[in-house]
Amino acid sequence: MSELAVPELSLVVLIGASGSGKSTFARRHFRPTQVLSSDVCRGLVSDDENDQAATADAFAVLQFIAATRLRAGKLTVVDATSVRKEDRASLVQLARDHDVLPVAIVLDVPEGVCLERNAARADRQLDRAVIARQRADLRRGLSGLSREGFRKVHRLSSVDEVESVVVTYEKAYNDLRDQTGPFDVVGDVHGCRAELEELLGRLGYTVTRDADGRPVDAVPPAGRRAVFLGDLVDRGPDSPGVLRLVMGMVRAGHALCVPGNHENKLVKALRGRDVQITHGLETTLAQLAGESEEFRRDVADFCHGLVSHYVLDGGALVVAHAGLTEELQGRASGRVRSFALYGDTTGETDEFGLPVRYPWAQDYRGRAMVLYGHTPVPEPEWVNNTMCLDTGCVFGGRLTALRYPERELVDVPAERTWYEPARPFLPDAGPAPERPAEVLDVADVLGKRAVETRLAGRVTVREENAAAAIEVMSRFALAPQALAYLPPTMSPVATSTREDLLEHPAEAFSYYRGEGVAEVVCQEKHMGSRAVALVRRADATGDPGRPVGERGALYTRTGRAFLGADLTTAFLARLATDVADAGVFDELDSDWVLLDGELLPWSVKAGDLIRDQYASVGAAARAVLPVAGSLLAQAAARGLDVAGLLDRQRTRAADAQAFTDAYRRYCWPTDGLTGTAFAAFQVLGAAGRTFADRPHAWHLSVADRLAAADPELLRSTARHVLDVTDPAAEQAATEWWTALTADGGEGMVVKPAANLTRGRRGVVQPGLKVRGREYLRLVYGPDYTAPANLTRLRERNLGRKRGLALREYALGLEGLERLARGEPMWRVHECVFAVLALESEPVDPRL
Amino acid sequence: MAPDARSGQTAAVLLTLSTTHRPATDLGFLLHKNPARAQQVEVSTGTAHVFYPEATDERCTVALLLEVDPIALVRGKGDGEGFALGQYVNDRPYAASSLLAVALGKVFASARRGVSKERPELADTPLPLEVHLPALSCRGGAALAERFFAPLGWQVQATELPLDEQFPEWGAGRHVDLRLTGTHRVADAVNHLYVGLPVLDGAKHYWVSADEIDKLLRAGQGWLAAHPERELIAARYLAHQKRLTGTAMARLAEVDDAADLDDAVAEEPAEAPERPTPLAQLRQGAVLAALRSAGAHRVLDLGCGNGALLTALLAEPAFTEVVGVDVSTRALEVAARRLRLDRMPERQRARLTLLQSALTYTDARLAGYDAAVLMEVVEHLDPDRLPALEHAVFTAAAPATVLVTTPNVEHNVRYPALAAGGMRHRDHRFEWTRAEFAAWAQGVAGRRGYAVRFLGIGPDDPEVGPPTQLAVFTRTSAQEVAA
Repeated sequence: MSELAVPELSLVVLIGASGSGKSTFARRHFRPTQVLSSDVCRGLVSDDENDQAATADAFAVLQFIAATRLRAGKLTVVDATSVRKEDRASLVQLARDHDVLPVAIVLDVPEGVCLERNAARADRQLDRAVIARQRADLRRGLSGLSREGFRKVHRLSSVDEVESVVVTYEKAYNDLRDQTGPFDVVGDVHGCRAELEELLGRLGYTVTRDADGRPVDAVPPAGRRAVFLGDLVDRGPDSPGVLRLVMGMVRAGHALCVPGNHENKLVKALRGRDVQITHGLETTLAQLAGESEEFRRDVADFCHGLVSHYVLDGGALVVAHAGLTEELQGRASGRVRSFALYGDTTGETDEFGLPVRYPWAQDYRGRAMVLYGHTPVPEPEWVNNTMCLDTGCVFGGRLTALRYPERELVDVPAERTWYEPARPFLPDAGPAPERPAEVLDVADVLGKRAVETRLAGRVTVREENAAAAIEVMSRFALAPQALAYLPPTMSPVATSTREDLLEHPAEAFSYYRGEGVAEVVCQEKHMGSRAVALVRRADATGDPGRPVGERGALYTRTGRAFLGADLTTAFLARLATDVADAGVFDELDSDWVLLDGELLPWSVKAGDLIRDQYASVGAAARAVLPVAGSLLAQAAARGLDVAGLLDRQRTRAADAQAFTDAYRRYCWPTDGLTGTAFAAFQVLGAAGRTFADRPHAWHLSVADRLAAADPELLRSTARHVLDVTDPAAEQAATEWWTALTADGGEGMVVKPAANLTRGRRGVVQPGLKVRGREYLRLVYGPDYTAPANLTRLRERNLGRKRGLALREYALGLEGLERLARGEPMWRVHECVFAVLALESEPVDPRL
Repeated sequence: MAPDARSGQTAAVLLTLSTTHRPATDLGFLLHKNPARAQQVEVSTGTAHVFYPEATDERCTVALLLEVDPIALVRGKGDGEGFALGQYVNDRPYAASSLLAVALGKVFASARRGVSKERPELADTPLPLEVHLPALSCRGGAALAERFFAPLGWQVQATELPLDEQFPEWGAGRHVDLRLTGTHRVADAVNHLYVGLPVLDGAKHYWVSADEIDKLLRAGQGWLAAHPERELIAARYLAHQKRLTGTAMARLAEVDDAADLDDAVAEEPAEAPERPTPLAQLRQGAVLAALRSAGAHRVLDLGCGNGALLTALLAEPAFTEVVGVDVSTRALEVAARRLRLDRMPERQRARLTLLQSALTYTDARLAGYDAAVLMEVVEHLDPDRLPALEHAVFTAAAPATVLVTTPNVEHNVRYPALAAGGMRHRDHRFEWTRAEFAAWAQGVAGRRGYAVRFLGIGPDDPEVGPPTQLAVFTRTSAQEVAA
């Protein structure tokens, strides 16, 4: 019984005349979904599997399905005769287009067998001549299959062999997903052996030497393994020494190594091929001349055998010399190798004669972390979960390693500049080079999308909402670098059944009791606008010369700026001082903090709206109602029956006055920052962490310290903590709310005291607002308190609002957690954008 | 049913009409409403009450009080998604507007026709009349009320109401207390008000259908044709109140207490675009010339707005593929309407694509074109978003030619209407001097592998330069030299 090896990801092309047993073979060895049959496709497009006129359409369908499967990384088997070279050419091209290996399995059974089986078929009888021609075509092409591009050719030349063979799968060379590390990934060494030895020492490796004192291996600390990113050789002082050490480590299982473009060229040179001896190759060849012939052969074999890239740790880590885009990871083709060695080159050269490269990492959206080298950078930086570790040691920079999964950088300085770079890579005295900004793509946000959240699973964003959000995001919101979070909407409490109220605390307490929450905190709702402040330590805040991602920010719930540029700068500078004075940066061990709060007064943000809508309504009402009242009084005096109308008119006048009083409370003049106040009530995030699991008592204590540091600008939040299973406590809390709202206070928010809480069905509402009776005139109109109006307004549906509040909460927290984990900007932005998009859902805005 | 029982009617709009004709109580015959009784009439928007606070031989006043039900206005539509905060909190229940005009039309229908069984000759006689509207919605202020009523022979006393006496700095709002005095036939007076209320308000609460024109002509019989402001009257009478609800953009504005954000296209009817100003024509000409000079065939119009340039591009067969890109879906809808996309011949239609995208994001669909035009676009972006635009346009899309036009702020001093330091459009985030534009464009060109040259558009003023500046970028290397 022979074994027939097939790469796990490949395009398997069965080749054989009609009746050679391809379909039976495919059925026996592959899953039905893996097999694409030309007969089936003929049937799909023409209802007749034997309709030869449908062949072209059938192959178009087959190719489309095959392409879709290969793109998704699925092994695919093509069951068609494929006896002619031109039929196979399109399949080989298909495999190449998707960077998978084409494999040929030839069913070369005797013509008699084919004819016999053909004769036995009930549905189709082919002409003998057709089968004879197919056999002839097949035999003619047999010897050229490898030349056509098939990377493996299996020929089964008897019925016995066809029936007895066993298909086995072989892993791709680059598939080391079962190796989980931890790893120490080392950037371009370029013959800097001394620095490499020092770096390995810093990483805890013990160097082993041969009799001549030359390093031949380095034993890692328990469980760890080194990974070399290629370009071990050229330019530096001791390329042979580096090779000897790394080859020893790889053979001892202490290291993995991927090839660099310099190894690629070295192999060619050592094997006598015609290459230009430039870019430091001359140095290596000169150094190798002093080594033995055996060593040189050993080097050539080692370098030749290196695999273009590795996929490690279950697919979470990819290493390649020049990086690798997601669609090429784990694949095998000339294109993959070329990208891994040279990067995304355009074929052009720059002013220094070096190849021009497309900054692929800026667009990278893959799940796997990609570590690479190739292009020297002054500082390694995370760009979309990728990092370049070539810090130009040979040019006098440093040799750098990254500890994975710890994400810790370890580096040693170059002993000296070993080689002058063609293009200066270290910043001169001039301005710092522009950071490789992470770029956002419309495909990250547009269309129907689903965002995975830890708290609420997949959250779906509808296309229409994304379309609206992108306009607001790009025209009105702050730059995404400054916009790591947008606050979620908050649901009101269930509608009260009390005669003269729409909202009352009892329903909030009862909700949390029902969810099994005992302790809640009631927080005063400020008369302002929801505001998020990104505060950086004073030395980093308020400098408009800094990149936007390094500045602070103050923004509204849809990401718009509250204040002009100068005032924002002044505000953030002062807030930064206050946060520092209150010891918050130090306590959180962070240079920045993201605060959730309210900016007062409301008129700072909503001045136009208050004037155009609220004041305008009040002005009209106050002008018309007294006149109407006196006319009705006159009419009544004449004996007309207008009593009912007159009564209503008096109530209306009182309501209009109450309405005016209500909005006036939210307006006061400000001058510069004077009159403006910020009430923080929650710490959203700081370097490397989020705080949703800390009790509100902690958040409020931070807010209190801030308010104490600058009572003029910063306000604390009044609060009342209670146990909702204690009726007396509930009574006291209700009285607290009543006092808060009696003279027009906005109301309160009731939150689980412990903060993020799971209840019977997942996460409970993070807060419920209970708004004051007078305040609600601004929402439901001046006369909403009339009994008949209240009756109708009670029919409000909270379900959608509740669902939305939870989804937005989950998205907000997800974004903060991604930010804390140092994930790429697009991953954070995806959450922020989704919150904004959900805010455009059609939900009653009065809730 | 008594209003008390339904009682959702929570607010009131008021109008009074008085006469000193003797006997003044004849007014009742002309209006077909008995001064001795208070009456109520159900109208589509609530309940209209008619009563006479005074009815003597010397003076008779009729009051029309409309009790509006704002909640029913919202909910009665059965439109589950008709949510807009503005619907519960707005001035409709208090201020005289088209709601009152509708009530007026119905309650005094016979009077408007000028017929009176009891006093036929009086209906044809001009009488001394006074009208009082304590709160009239009047977008255009007291002056507009004067312009409307004075040519009709009314003596106008219009006082703009302050928004809030506690905040005198807010000034006056859009309401006026209006008193009219004059000698008119009652029918004419009622018709003046019937037309005047929506005209001064500037919008109707209901959908304006074709028969509105007939209504206007009927009500305006005998006076509208000779009115010096008849064009303004017709335009405002036929304007429909802008849709407040329904769009996702409107909801986003609302959650942040913002005014309308969906302002990417002007509020002009798509079918009758304003005649382009000469400068806009010159700009378009210069852009087309630069495209021809570059030999471009496949062209992106980035920030196409309502599609003015697209029309010009499509008119030229040399432009084999034209892609209009805008971030506003509404702008794209307007462009599609303007270009009559649904009726465009297939061959021409095949040359045009409209796409929603944002220039602060990269977009693979925009890669590989001959040329991209950013006509009056960059100045609508906050300056700190420009690097993102630069990357998206010059590195990701990387067309061979990029044309950027933007105002030359130095030229603003030549616009007398522009306040000193003011910008040409309220959404402009900045306007550049020639030096500032050149510095930006040269920086971009250097970083992204382009060469750039500059052209002026419009008359080149020796001191302050041309009103518009154009940069023509030509790609020299395919991609950015980057790490």
